Amino acid sequence: MAAQPDIAAAPADGLAQAQSDARARRRRWLLLAPALLTIGLFGLFPLVITLIYSFLSPGTYGGVTWEFSTNAYTQFLFERDIFDDTLAFSTTYLNIFGRSIGLALVATIGALIIGFPTAYFIASKPPEQRNIWLFLITLPFWTNLLIRTYAVLLIIRDEGIINVSLMQIGLIDRPFGMLYTDGAVFMGLIYSYLPFMVLPLYASLEKLDFRLVEAAYDLYATRFQVLRRIIIPAARPGIIAGCILVFIPGLGAYITPELLGGGKKLMIGNLIALQFGSSRNWPFGSAAALILMVVVMAALLIYVRNAGKAGVRHG
Amino acid sequence: MADLTASRTKPVAAPSARKARRMTDLRRQPGFNAMAWGCIVFLYSPIVVLIVFSFNDNRSVVRWTEFSLRWYGEAFQNKGIRNATVISLQVASVATFFATIFATLAALATTRVRAYKGQTLAYAIINQPLMVPEIVTAVSTLALFTIIKKATGVNGIGYLMLAHTVFCIPFAYMPIRARLEDMDLTMEQAGADLYATPYQVFRRITLPLLMPGVFAGAMLAFVVSLDDIIISLLVAGPGETTLPIFILGQIRRGITPEINAVSTLLLGLSLFFVILLFWITRKRK
Amino acid sequence: MPAEAAAAKTRATDPSEPHMILVDHVTKSFGRGEQAVLALDDVSVTIRPNEFFTLLGPSGCGKTTLLRLIAGFELPTRGQILLDGQEIGHLPPYRRPVNTVFQNYALFPHMTVAENISFGLEMLGKPVKEIADTTARMLDLVRMEHLAGRHTAALSGGQQQRVALARALAPHPKVLLLDEPLSALDLKLRKAMQIELKRLQSETGITFVFVTHDQEEALTMSDRIAVMDTGHILQVGTPRDIYNHPARRFVADFIGDINIIDAELESVSGDRGRITFPGGGTATAQLQTASMRPGRVSLAIRPENVELTDPGDARATTQGEIENVVYFGVGSNVHVRLRDGSELIARSAEVKGQTGDRVGVILPDEHLQVIAD
Repeated sequence: MAAQPDIAAAPADGLAQAQSDARARRRRWLLLAPALLTIGLFGLFPLVITLIYSFLSPGTYGGVTWEFSTNAYTQFLFERDIFDDTLAFSTTYLNIFGRSIGLALVATIGALIIGFPTAYFIASKPPEQRNIWLFLITLPFWTNLLIRTYAVLLIIRDEGIINVSLMQIGLIDRPFGMLYTDGAVFMGLIYSYLPFMVLPLYASLEKLDFRLVEAAYDLYATRFQVLRRIIIPAARPGIIAGCILVFIPGLGAYITPELLGGGKKLMIGNLIALQFGSSRNWPFGSAAALILMVVVMAALLIYVRNAGKAGVRHG
Repeated sequence: MADLTASRTKPVAAPSARKARRMTDLRRQPGFNAMAWGCIVFLYSPIVVLIVFSFNDNRSVVRWTEFSLRWYGEAFQNKGIRNATVISLQVASVATFFATIFATLAALATTRVRAYKGQTLAYAIINQPLMVPEIVTAVSTLALFTIIKKATGVNGIGYLMLAHTVFCIPFAYMPIRARLEDMDLTMEQAGADLYATPYQVFRRITLPLLMPGVFAGAMLAFVVSLDDIIISLLVAGPGETTLPIFILGQIRRGITPEINAVSTLLLGLSLFFVILLFWITRKRK
Repeated sequence: MPAEAAAAKTRATDPSEPHMILVDHVTKSFGRGEQAVLALDDVSVTIRPNEFFTLLGPSGCGKTTLLRLIAGFELPTRGQILLDGQEIGHLPPYRRPVNTVFQNYALFPHMTVAENISFGLEMLGKPVKEIADTTARMLDLVRMEHLAGRHTAALSGGQQQRVALARALAPHPKVLLLDEPLSALDLKLRKAMQIELKRLQSETGITFVFVTHDQEEALTMSDRIAVMDTGHILQVGTPRDIYNHPARRFVADFIGDINIIDAELESVSGDRGRITFPGGGTATAQLQTASMRPGRVSLAIRPENVELTDPGDARATTQGEIENVVYFGVGSNVHVRLRDGSELIARSAEVKGQTGDRVGVILPDEHLQVIAD
């Protein structure tokens, strides 16, 4: 009946109202200042520098020289011939981008195939058990990504437990080379980001009214039809959210391709790091970083729109 | 007669009833249970292997010989590991300290207030580090710090701490904000009603009730800082090798049981904090 | 009827009348400009010392807003609030000698029962000895001594309720405000707490202002009731007044069951009027105000005051036919269709007659009330 109570509630009398409003405003921004300044200066502002760098020329020992150039962007599509200085279409970097997007997509689909039944299973458990399952699913996420990736490397390498066991039981006589393949990177990506898929899926499946499922059975639907016609449509917002939450970090992955791809199977993340490291082409690295960010922002926009439409809130 | 048939059908009925229950458990989808358990196995088996073989006496990280704490001993002896641990803890502590304070202040200004101009913007800025891919944050921060270093001539570990503080803020902010939003406004009104001045209300009511959220935020920040590799890798100067950077370097050089031991320790530290966090938030509910 | 309303207003805030709280032409609106919502519209009311005063109305009527204005959680848009002769309308809550029992109790979860109760005294800077004594007395008053060291989350609803009461009473406020404090309790406990509250009020001598939407609760406990709707106070009076002489159609409808009959006011003499019914018959009824003029009016009468008799009975005011008899335990409701087609309910312990019977309907003059819409 009373409107939303407000701790900053103010007397409605004109002057007093204005004064206390101004006081509340000042207090608010004072409280926000440390966080906003820190992130603004050292989180947002660097992106502006990156944007500027992408239009400059590389310095000899890293860094940049202040000379305007669009080379960083043309370099993506064309290769400059060293002898006659002509531009020839080149797919080297496009390939890396394509590979990254492809790998991230396939890993997303893989995570969905594993994550959906898992999330459904958790949602159909009694509430006390759900928390334990959710805890088990999220726990790896809070542990070191490097170490988890290293653990995967340990078991799939030639001398790893899988190959050794397979050889011991005589199924194979030479190690089955899994490490440093696209398959290894794919698996590493699923492994790293699976919790991001399960959580939003669970969030939307948990809201599913199981009476709808019963109603569908009552109307002669088979289990598969119930899954396809009732459960999956209900989980749609979760599916979209989960896919984007896996796709984004998968696309920008650095550690996974570095360790499991062996530095040969590059993804965008490695390409960017390489430009700021041994390749010493900061402008090109900056341009690649910006392109990656544009793709990610586009994906996030879809996510936000979808979340807004479905009325789903994610913390 | 009726008794007889009943006793005769009983043993047969038991298993079939169980099967019938399974078939009529409408929530079940075939294969989903197996998939969920498979998911847990998939998530945990590599970690379990890593931990188990860190206690293996043999140099091999494949063949089990005997239980031993040998590699932990060697890890503790290793000066590189010791230094890296100190650096990691220093960076995580400083970043957690500032990030938690900043996040608490920001949470107080963004929750439970009338919508105001710039609120959405403030919210977006606080969450910015979560939205930008880590590698992009890493190279941009490197670019900025290079400029500052060149301009001022000041070097040191402060840069790394600053970079960590930035990405720790949103992680610390999440649980604090959640706690504040769940907090009953009438608690503070009750305080004021019982003659507590605004400062006393904050000190005696708001802050104590907020504390679990602040703890949770600090722990998340600490864990996230401890685990960071990409940003540290690019931003850290010479002599600022954090534990993850050290481990990555070792892995690139070759796999030794010593890495397993250090990794297990780092894993254990993160798990300790996260489980503690889970336990605290659970208890509070 | 602006003249009438103005008269009511001056009556409500007569300064010569003894008062504990005087709400003087208070308006409260939420939001600004186009979306502003008027929660209280020029409300005036006097609450006397030591009385159990109830604000009764449906949700959204403004009763909680009025309570929050007295507590200081909201500030009035216009008008003033006097406490014992002093303007308090613009003081913050911690400067008002007024305490609140919240709807959800708002006990501090990080403090024990005793710490909750002593909180207010501590904030007032009372000496340690006094705090300890008062806290002990309060624990005793609400019979919670054995749980003094407990944390409040572990208490039952009824226990939390009693702690909330003790906490609010401990600083011995001039006025205790209670915001639907019984709504979270089950029926049996609610009945017990109603008696308990009444006891506490008479023992402490503190003025209680009680907010509820439960008319039965209001009638049981209050010395006086103010019935509210859409930001207005419609009627103030004792429970008997409100029940027997509702002034407005809303009040009549809101409290208990009542028959509303359309009729014609023929003539007025003093505070009584001559009535004719469209289905035939005449009566004399009590008027709410002397300023009523002849014309169409609404008549109110409680079902238990309607009497049924033989169609030929000379005492019958008008005639009708029994449509339905509904039994409800201690009595029955007889639905009677009057000649003009309108329906009327008569309530009695035993029923003579059945569906289809023609009956004479007696509407005793002393129970007939002309009400304003």
